[in-house]
Amino acid sequence: MPTITHYLALSLILFTIGLAGVLIRRNIIIVLMSLELIFNSVNISLAAFSYFLQSINGVVFVIFSITVAAAEVAIGLALLVTVYRTRRAVNVDELNEMKG
Amino acid sequence: MEQLFFYIFSIVAIVSAILVVSVRNPVHSALYLIICFLQVAAMFVLLRSPFLAAVQVFIYVGAVMVLFLFAVMVLDLGKERLKDSMHSQSILGGALAIVLFFIAFYLVYNGDIVAPLGAYTETALMKNTEVIGAALYTKYIYPFEVVSLILLVALVGAITLVMRHKDN
Repeated sequence: MPTITHYLALSLILFTIGLAGVLIRRNIIIVLMSLELIFNSVNISLAAFSYFLQSINGVVFVIFSITVAAAEVAIGLALLVTVYRTRRAVNVDELNEMKG
Repeated sequence: MEQLFFYIFSIVAIVSAILVVSVRNPVHSALYLIICFLQVAAMFVLLRSPFLAAVQVFIYVGAVMVLFLFAVMVLDLGKERLKDSMHSQSILGGALAIVLFFIAFYLVYNGDIVAPLGAYTETALMKNTEVIGAALYTKYIYPFEVVSLILLVALVGAITLVMRHKDN
């Protein structure tokens, strides 16, 4: 039987990979995909806590989290399409208009 | 047996996650992300939540990945060279991610659960969808309505952002 530490370690590894993707890559679409990886790792840890603490709250929270992630992806990709139309750029370091 | 399946699913998930952030072609990234999402759905089955696994497959693999592939198609992104895939702060970002990994690994490895156990044992979770539905429509009815409002706002916002105005 895998214990809660196994699930938390898997969640941590996926979180670190997603965080590295957000911080390292230049392409915005890969950054959004890495963000989805982070969401998924957090969902794994919530479901694991819910199962090992014998509570239903974590599972319900995962459902809300998946819904909000879907809304976030729709808005994020719409913003990405708008930015590409006006600036012809998809790299994060080329979008520096708001730099002080 | 369960341990064996856990290790199979987690190794596939980690390898495909590394490939998502490291391959150059965004379409390949999206396909590896689908593999990773399916492994996460398998993890939900191992955690005795088949409802969550079904939701994961429907929403992430079905809807979110189709959106990503549409965006890649609309934006017409080609392959990029390796030096193009990183920016000037990449090394610092990678180092920060590794530092965070070791700190959180220490916390996970030395942590201990002190919270009391709840009422939902493995036999109570056999009727998984029924239990989740009952919680969602009684105790969590207010957050449920708020989430439906969030979805409506996201729908309207996405359409408004992408719409072209013809009058100017």
